[in-house]
Amino acid sequence: MTDVMPDPLTLAILLPLFGAIAAFLLPRAAPAIGLGAVVATAAAIAVLGHLVVQAGTIFVPLGGWGAPLGIELRADGLALAMLGLTALIALGVGLGALAAFAGETEVGGQPMARQRAFFWPLCLLLLTGMNGVYLSNDLFNLYVMLEVISLAAVGLAVLGGTVAALRAGLAYMYASLLGALMMLLGVGFVYLQTGRLDLAGLAGAPDSAALSAAFGLMLVGLALKTALFPLHFWLPEAHANATAPASALLSALVVKAGLYILLRLAEAGPFPGEAILTLMGVLGTGAVLWGGVQALRAERLKLLVAWSTVAQMGLIFVALARAGLEGLSDSWRAAALLILAHAVAKAGMFLAAGRIKDVIGHDRISELDRSAVRPALAQLAFALAAISLIGLPPSLGFIGKWSLMEGAMMAGNWHWVAVTMAGTLLSVAYFTRALTGFLRFDRVRAPLDEHRGWALADAPPVVLAGLAVGLGLAAGPILAVLDLGTPFGAIP
Amino acid sequence: MIDMPLLPLIILMTSLGAAPVLLALPERSARLRTGLNLAVAAVKVALVIWLAWKAAHGVVYDLRLSVLPGLDLHLQADPLALMFVALSAVLWLVTTIYSVGYLERGPHRARFFGFFSLCVAATVGIAMAGNLFTFLLFYELLTLATYPLVIHRGTAAALRAGRIYLIYTLVGGLALLLGTLALWGLAGTTDFVPGGVMAEVAAERPAAAQALFVLLIAALGVKAALVPLHGWLPIAMVAPAPVSALLHAVAVVKAGAFGIIRVVYEVFGIELAQGLGVTGPLIAVAAVTIIYGSLRALAQDDIKVRLAYSTVSQVSYITLGVALAGPVAAIGALAHLIHQGVMKITMFMAAGNLAEGLGVKKVSQMDGVGRAMPGTMAAFSLAALAMIGLPPFAGFVSKWYLAQGGIAAGQDWVIALLLGSSLLNAAYFLPLLHRAWFRDATPEAANAPARRKISLWLAAPPMVTAGFVLVIGVLANAPFSPLEWTRFIVTREFNGGL
Amino acid sequence: MIALSQATIYGLAGLAVFGLGLMGVLGAAERLRRLIALNLCAAGAGMVLIAAAWRSPPAVPDPVPHALVITGIVVMVSATAVALALIRRLHSLETDTDD
Repeated sequence: MTDVMPDPLTLAILLPLFGAIAAFLLPRAAPAIGLGAVVATAAAIAVLGHLVVQAGTIFVPLGGWGAPLGIELRADGLALAMLGLTALIALGVGLGALAAFAGETEVGGQPMARQRAFFWPLCLLLLTGMNGVYLSNDLFNLYVMLEVISLAAVGLAVLGGTVAALRAGLAYMYASLLGALMMLLGVGFVYLQTGRLDLAGLAGAPDSAALSAAFGLMLVGLALKTALFPLHFWLPEAHANATAPASALLSALVVKAGLYILLRLAEAGPFPGEAILTLMGVLGTGAVLWGGVQALRAERLKLLVAWSTVAQMGLIFVALARAGLEGLSDSWRAAALLILAHAVAKAGMFLAAGRIKDVIGHDRISELDRSAVRPALAQLAFALAAISLIGLPPSLGFIGKWSLMEGAMMAGNWHWVAVTMAGTLLSVAYFTRALTGFLRFDRVRAPLDEHRGWALADAPPVVLAGLAVGLGLAAGPILAVLDLGTPFGAIP
Repeated sequence: MIDMPLLPLIILMTSLGAAPVLLALPERSARLRTGLNLAVAAVKVALVIWLAWKAAHGVVYDLRLSVLPGLDLHLQADPLALMFVALSAVLWLVTTIYSVGYLERGPHRARFFGFFSLCVAATVGIAMAGNLFTFLLFYELLTLATYPLVIHRGTAAALRAGRIYLIYTLVGGLALLLGTLALWGLAGTTDFVPGGVMAEVAAERPAAAQALFVLLIAALGVKAALVPLHGWLPIAMVAPAPVSALLHAVAVVKAGAFGIIRVVYEVFGIELAQGLGVTGPLIAVAAVTIIYGSLRALAQDDIKVRLAYSTVSQVSYITLGVALAGPVAAIGALAHLIHQGVMKITMFMAAGNLAEGLGVKKVSQMDGVGRAMPGTMAAFSLAALAMIGLPPFAGFVSKWYLAQGGIAAGQDWVIALLLGSSLLNAAYFLPLLHRAWFRDATPEAANAPARRKISLWLAAPPMVTAGFVLVIGVLANAPFSPLEWTRFIVTREFNGGL
Repeated sequence: MIALSQATIYGLAGLAVFGLGLMGVLGAAERLRRLIALNLCAAGAGMVLIAAAWRSPPAVPDPVPHALVITGIVVMVSATAVALALIRRLHSLETDTDD
């Protein structure tokens, strides 16, 4: 690698950053710049993928000053999978946004032209932060990138400009800031204990009460950011009241950043004990059940989808806890599969929900079946995404749940299998509420509008949701990518 | 002829690939839709014939896609798979023709044919699944694809039926998932292997093996409508006639029965299942279902509900034959899988024609309909007589082998069961035939104008399938008859013991 | 010994400030108060880290926690600015709808 041409790791962070600045300065050209930047980033990630396949893990010290104090970037299979996923979703949601921001302004909301102009800088800034998180190899950089994500995410959450969105966005911001401060304090404590900031430094650190406390602070902060029950209070309103493309990014990507850091902390170790891991599983169970019950009670489609995010995040924590501390070196795969599955499916689902709301004019679940106009393909996308989120075969969600239950069963932890089953039943129940409304016609008063075939705006949600289902068949290659550079040590 | 190792996949993809195209076609492109439907269905029949030909000449089809370490999606074309694939391909073609006529100018045709196609793809996948994992995948797909068909009319009653159907089948699906997972954990494989894969497990942990058997059979018993898991089937009758026809003949109910066959023969192995002492209770459940279904059928005035309870009863013949654990009974079971499909599809299509053409939906309205719709009623009557078990029709052949199998297995009471059941069959079918042919139409019915002209699209399919009923009964011993094929399969499952 | 306890006192005071801020974030009903409470948290966290970086002379303080604190301050200032903008916007929207 020459000095003139930066390496693909740096590019994956810098390209969206420059794109964000350019899109902000040239609002009229924002969509073109945005899509261009996403595609360029995807290309850099493809190059990176090539390198990772050849070399396993790649390290790049920035500015010639690497670990243990300087900033060092690291790419392995797990990072690569997340980078690829993020680029895919950014592209899908970006294309979906072209249609979403072409419509009419919502009452009390921000003018569409402004939304369109601001969406792209925020989306690219988010991409910068996400990619930064994936590639960071030290705690402090992780913290900074997490903050970049937070600011972009709050911007996205309030993009619609309605009072409800602003209120929810502010609550989100407070929760996020508090989480960040805990993270900062935890990072500081870790440094004071170990004298290092790089993740590798954690591995060799002697186990101590102070280090456990530092971990505890970071975990609480991350739990707040990933909306782990009972710290999920900010999520449903924030995700439900944002405009659809923003909701898609928030639900599919933003909450995953905290989870990813959690995975990296678990990988670096020493993880603070069996009890904490079990507690995560228990709280995850709470999320699965509470999120499910709330989704059953939600009156609006987007709120239902948002509550399902709470439940699904809980399930990922259950996946981490499924086989205890000893099984963590394998459980992370189940968690990673569920992270990927949820991200793709939820992005498709929120875009679909947005289309449904745009076409029907509202998203009240009890009145979906009164509309004479039916966005058939958006509904199909919603159904496909639901299949993956419920975990029906052959979807990626199914493969994730299968891995979760398989590991839990092998470890004799049937209670985690039971939780997964209960969550599955709940998700069937709450998604069926919406799907039934799509297929019901006897309450329509006006003459039915007939199905007219494809519209281009339907393509992003359909493709994303279709991928969520179809990628289950590619679980083998996906697992192979995750294992590149053997995160969590050798494959058992 | 060139070798095509991907042939099973291609057969699967014909309907799986057609589904999204059909879903996306605009509502008004009726001709294109019909053409595509028929073309795909016909191509599929041709491909299945080719597959059967190659397989009969010793070509082994075995397709695997690794999904998780050690866990494959596995398609194969063993004789049992071929039998079920052939049944679904042929009956799908017939039902597609019927559906085109039935739904003419009806709403949501794009949706209907899209999911219809998906439904058949799922059935084909179920047939060719080479392990329980793959089976599970298509079993769930079948649930999802049939739900929109069941609630196709979109009325409150249809939605209620759909909800009940979904609850039953999804809970059953979850149980199957748990069972598959447990099988994977216990045996380390989910492959279907003649003779089973559970021998070691059963030797070490018989209780776990028994529990797994119960779990798997209960999971499959939901779709196979074993009492007391049959509750959804009579309610699902709100579906349009072609859907009911397909559900009862090849798709849902048969998927459950087919799964029971695979689990008993190729997961546990029949000898092991006997050794575990689980076949006895299964025989009991099947016997209760046979009698219970028939008794309930007697009391129904709605023609389709009567047919539905008849299905509950008739499909359990298959389970009975499997559980009797002898080669002769097995031939009866497998032959009945085909025979019942052909007979029931005839009756449902005929019932659909009565409802469409004359508005006749109840038994009590059937007076004189034989004269109004002679072709349809002739087909219906032939199938009904075959169902009762009158020689030389298809139903007789399967009942004969089941009875022989009962004797061979030392369970002589099976003859009494079959006789009793046949009497009940007669008791709930013959009054229909009597009303249709030997009573005069009520004056108001005679003067009422025909509701709708029954086109050839609607009239021909039941007559064709009625022809099948006759042919496969009369020519039961001819080469390539379903009966011959089942003999071949049973020889294989019982390791050459006939 | 005295020097150590001095740093400890600062550290404990920082934790106390963080705790006060936390109470405010969780307890306060008003948006502006909660934002200020969050800033209090940040100040507390900063104090803890700076106190911990202190070394008794002639050793110089550890610069790395200082760098963390400075970054934290930058993040907090920008976040506060965004939050204030949101609060203003909300305020004007809410008074509009109330009229």
